Amino acid sequence: MSPSDKMSMIHYQIMWNRLISVVEEQAQTLIRTAFGAPTREAGDVSAGVYDTQGRMLAQAVTGTPGHVNSMAMSVGHALKKFPLDGLDDGDVLIFNDPWIGTGHLNDIVVVTPIFRRRKPVALFACTLHVVDIGGVGVSGGGKQIYEEGLFLPPTKIVEAGRLNQWLVDIIAANVRESVQVLGDVFSEISSNDVGGRRLLAMMDEFGLESLDLLAEHILTESRRASLEAITRLPFGTYHNSMTVDGLDEPMVFKAALTIGPDGIDVDFAGSPGIVNKGINVPLCYTEAYTSFGVKVVVAPHVPNNAASLATIRVTAPEGSLLNAPHPAPVGGRGSFGQMLPDVVMGCLQQAVAAGVPAEGTSCLWNIRMMGGYGRVDAPSATMLRATPFNLTSFHSGGTGARPRQDGMSATAFPSGVRNVPVEVTETMAPLLVWKKEFRTDSGGAGRQRGGLGQLMEIESAEAMPFATMSNFDRVRFPPRGREGGLPGATGRVSLASGEELPGRGLATIPAGDRLRVEMPGGGGYGDPFARAPDLVAEDVAFGYISAEAAATIYGVVLSETGEVDLAGTETLRAARKPAA
Amino acid sequence: MSRLAVDIGGTFTDVVVETPTQRFSTKVLTNKAAPELGVLDGVRKALALAALHPSEIGLIVHGTTLATNAIIERKGAVTALVTTEGFRDTVEMAYEHRFAQYDLFIEKPKPLVPRPLRFTVPERLDVRGQVRLALDEPALLRLAGTLRARKVESIAIGFLHSYINPMHEQRAGAILAAELPDVRITLSSDVCPELREYERFTTACANAYVQPLMARYLGELREQLQVEGFSCPILLMTSGGGLTTLETAVRFPIRLVESGPAGGAILATVVAAELGLRRILSFDMGGTTAKICVIDDGKPMASRSFEVDRQYLFMKGSGFPVRIPVIEMVEIGAGGGSIAGVDAMKRVQVGPDSAGSDPGPACYARGGSEPTVTDGNLILGRIDPEHFAGGSIRLETERAETAIARQVAVPLGIDPLLAAFAISEMVEENMANAARVHAVERGTDLSGRAMIAFGGSAPLHAARLAEKLGIAEVIIPASAGVGSAVGFLRAPISFQVVRSRPSLLGSLDDAGLNTLFDAMEAEATQVVRLGAPGADIVITRSADMRYQGQGHEIAVQIDDARFDAESGTRLRTAFEDAYRTMFGRGIPGLEIEVTSWTLTATAPAVTAGPAMGVNTGAGHAQPAGQRRLFDPQHGAYRTVPVYRRAELGPQQTISGPAVIAEDETTTVVTTDFDARVDQTGAIRLLKRRVEVAREAA
Repeated sequence: MSPSDKMSMIHYQIMWNRLISVVEEQAQTLIRTAFGAPTREAGDVSAGVYDTQGRMLAQAVTGTPGHVNSMAMSVGHALKKFPLDGLDDGDVLIFNDPWIGTGHLNDIVVVTPIFRRRKPVALFACTLHVVDIGGVGVSGGGKQIYEEGLFLPPTKIVEAGRLNQWLVDIIAANVRESVQVLGDVFSEISSNDVGGRRLLAMMDEFGLESLDLLAEHILTESRRASLEAITRLPFGTYHNSMTVDGLDEPMVFKAALTIGPDGIDVDFAGSPGIVNKGINVPLCYTEAYTSFGVKVVVAPHVPNNAASLATIRVTAPEGSLLNAPHPAPVGGRGSFGQMLPDVVMGCLQQAVAAGVPAEGTSCLWNIRMMGGYGRVDAPSATMLRATPFNLTSFHSGGTGARPRQDGMSATAFPSGVRNVPVEVTETMAPLLVWKKEFRTDSGGAGRQRGGLGQLMEIESAEAMPFATMSNFDRVRFPPRGREGGLPGATGRVSLASGEELPGRGLATIPAGDRLRVEMPGGGGYGDPFARAPDLVAEDVAFGYISAEAAATIYGVVLSETGEVDLAGTETLRAARKPAA
Repeated sequence: MSRLAVDIGGTFTDVVVETPTQRFSTKVLTNKAAPELGVLDGVRKALALAALHPSEIGLIVHGTTLATNAIIERKGAVTALVTTEGFRDTVEMAYEHRFAQYDLFIEKPKPLVPRPLRFTVPERLDVRGQVRLALDEPALLRLAGTLRARKVESIAIGFLHSYINPMHEQRAGAILAAELPDVRITLSSDVCPELREYERFTTACANAYVQPLMARYLGELREQLQVEGFSCPILLMTSGGGLTTLETAVRFPIRLVESGPAGGAILATVVAAELGLRRILSFDMGGTTAKICVIDDGKPMASRSFEVDRQYLFMKGSGFPVRIPVIEMVEIGAGGGSIAGVDAMKRVQVGPDSAGSDPGPACYARGGSEPTVTDGNLILGRIDPEHFAGGSIRLETERAETAIARQVAVPLGIDPLLAAFAISEMVEENMANAARVHAVERGTDLSGRAMIAFGGSAPLHAARLAEKLGIAEVIIPASAGVGSAVGFLRAPISFQVVRSRPSLLGSLDDAGLNTLFDAMEAEATQVVRLGAPGADIVITRSADMRYQGQGHEIAVQIDDARFDAESGTRLRTAFEDAYRTMFGRGIPGLEIEVTSWTLTATAPAVTAGPAMGVNTGAGHAQPAGQRRLFDPQHGAYRTVPVYRRAELGPQQTISGPAVIAEDETTTVVTTDFDARVDQTGAIRLLKRRVEVAREAA
């Protein structure tokens, strides 16, 4: 079958389509069998198929952007230590090295070579977020990677079909929820097997001895389609900087994005240095969220694979926060990593005529709560009577307004996770959620309004103190608007009784008081005075904005029944319109 | 006793009358403004064909898409949601996620009840159902005034943790009912007593939203049928594949949403039973979508989650969930009208956008210019342009060629014939992929199954789809054109009740569970009795189970009629078996939890009707003609015989490649298949044994 053969061109398309379906099957299998809330509720997984050179040919659409580029590279890293010609049918590799995996120890990567007629033809890999990996884990409290848990370099978890019991015992002895963690690892192994079986069936059906020609077809077409999309943009270097809350002092992320005939290069020179807390970001995770931010704007239609991702290259100075070297602690790398799409979109705004969304909440506002002895800063005698728990509930603020659409309220972006239902949270821990509603006026005003943040209030259900460990940004510096759009509201963590709590750090909620979490709203897009008056009237009717905001920020006059007073609005808008 | 079935679809209303020995059917256009008039029209025609008087009909079974359409077109009642203080936005926040990762411009589905019509009252139960904050009754009385002023027609009441204790919802419902006697009220604890507030509230809102409309329509229909001279009971087809009474349908109209596809699945089940086939894949393909359903041992797979109003055609997560009993099936945007094009990677893409029937495919010459699957089939020689849809539409091959050349062939640099082949291969591949993923999700395998194919487009693609799925036998039943309505007449009367009562297998409260199941059984049998007085009622029980800590449950049948000290152990074994079947291996040492308990009461289908069909063909038919059919193995046309389905005799074998034509559709017999018509009139395609042997080797 030569590539010039037109029938075979149709077959390549069918097989490419099949590969994408196969990795989707692999990812769905993982989600259905996984244990940790990050995976089962939120879909924090990834799955992909690779050629014998370790080049990713297809990646499941299901999953989260944190794994976009990191997964593409991880198999290549593993093959450096275990060249394919030394692997046998029935071998399975495992690792969680954050620098060659997906950015922190809780993500375990499993790689399985697939053999046909005793020759390796492909590899399948997947990753998921296990509930615990020992140490201080994702809390951000580690000073070095050694404190964050069990570190697995690439090694064989299965050798020629036999489970490596020694390694299984080591894992079991070092994590807090060993049965669940090992259950997750087993489901990763099975999901790669599912992928492998489907691939072999496809090769039988089409009579393929190797994937080489198919791989060339996929990679060539993907590179061409990616470059076609990229080279439609004006070449040049575009700069942006974004100030975030940081740790004790604000931090400024700086990006220079260069569009050229050969792809897009993003460099984070000038960005902050590493910090003494587990919120540093390994380069692979920086690459992942940066690539996602670029790709979702420039070429969202091109499937993820080695070639399409290779057209976006990311660099950050060694030793900086965004390229933190071993042994820096990186457990909580998400809260800064998730801000990166906003940083690069600020560059792309200058190049993309149709515009890009305004800044949004961006980092997840996951509420992490702990109760019981040893977990709360309260007298031990009291806490011994409290129910022990440790729970993360996934939640989000508003996204930035889009050039022609409002932002989305209480919606995760760029992360791909889902929330945890209140009734489920209350089943898992002795907590009462008293409030979970949109925050009026939190969406940044604009011709297109930013998405609204939400307010949650949580109390102990057993009148005990409990602790919360926050890792939030956008508390001091709000998501900015674009093209005249106003910023969204900042977030805030406090006690219902009034006391302000830190956006990043540990706090205690006394018995009878409530934890109050106000999540940020997204930035607006365009001049608020340009927003259609009937949309403003609807926003007031829906309680998304207040009547005062309608008048003072949007310049829209409403009657007592909420109808637009067109003449009054025109006068008001004309009078306050800046001369420029 | 003769029986009558009516299926209102988007375009056609199908009516089937069965006497003990014969079947008569007719199709009329659906009357969108007054659906009951369309029904009467069809019923009169069908009775005339059967030469029966209304008084001779012993049962009417009815299914309709009206509820679904009301939701999709947002034409339901002015509906309010009354919910726990602090939770006004639960139904709008949904899952707080984007259903499409790589699309910055998605719009999330708008809730059926907009924010101004969502009201809260102070009240709160905790996870054990204990009162943390008493229901504020004066606040409810004040709210009643507001609801009246807003001219609310229907109310959904959804409070936190009402699945475990419905007390506050019931009290609030009683207060509002007394204040607003003309307004319909749905309690979330009634329609969906399950953990997870978003799904429960949304289901309650959807039920409330369609209730006034459905109550009005069903009342009208009953009246009109009485005027017409019918005195028999009317039963409604539900999405779960069981029949229910009109009264229950008015209470839970949301359970009617997917009745048409459920009828199709039942038809496939009946055909399988008649042919003695145990493992089935049903494949229903029409103009816009294809539906694929796995049926084992006469039972289609059941589920309790369904998504309505998907914003992105058929994309999971883009609609909103309703928790009702449904027959599990996968539906994808692949039909005769699905539009083809080429993407940036020069890959042929087909669907999910559809040209529908208006303007329709390019070859209809009704103003459509986009190339569709039907245009491709025409060029490949699978469809006869002169006899499409019984000759009612004359297809224009040149228009199909022009459209395919412009949108597919030229961009790919190939000729229109190969482009047409690429379109059909891709749509078949899409269906095969959807079927495979569906099977994996359900823990089953497709190879070795028999496929039952119906719907206008299915026989054109069934053989090739079977090849892709490793299926060696395809059955194309007679009466496939009105399949859902025929299925209605084979459905049992049933009702399902579910309760969320989280329990660990290690510490089952057997006495409490017995009490719970007694109450569920009383509720379910009472509903079934209404429709089947005096019938033997079969009770089945199941539990949604998972390893503690997992997020997804699997439904496991409970064999025990009563719970005792050993029930936990037996359930553990049953769960572990089911888990291993689905996912390959169990997880030793982990506690297992039950999230929900389900009970279904079923009275078997009233009577068996006539056989699916009768073979009227005699002797050994000769081909009615010849046609050029594209042969994928040689990449070129090949002349093949054309047979008329009605002429084929029972002993005759036709070797592929060939086509078998009939008024509604054409069956393509690919090179690897033989075709035979059996005594019921069904076409059976069998993969030739040499092929099977070669594959085994």
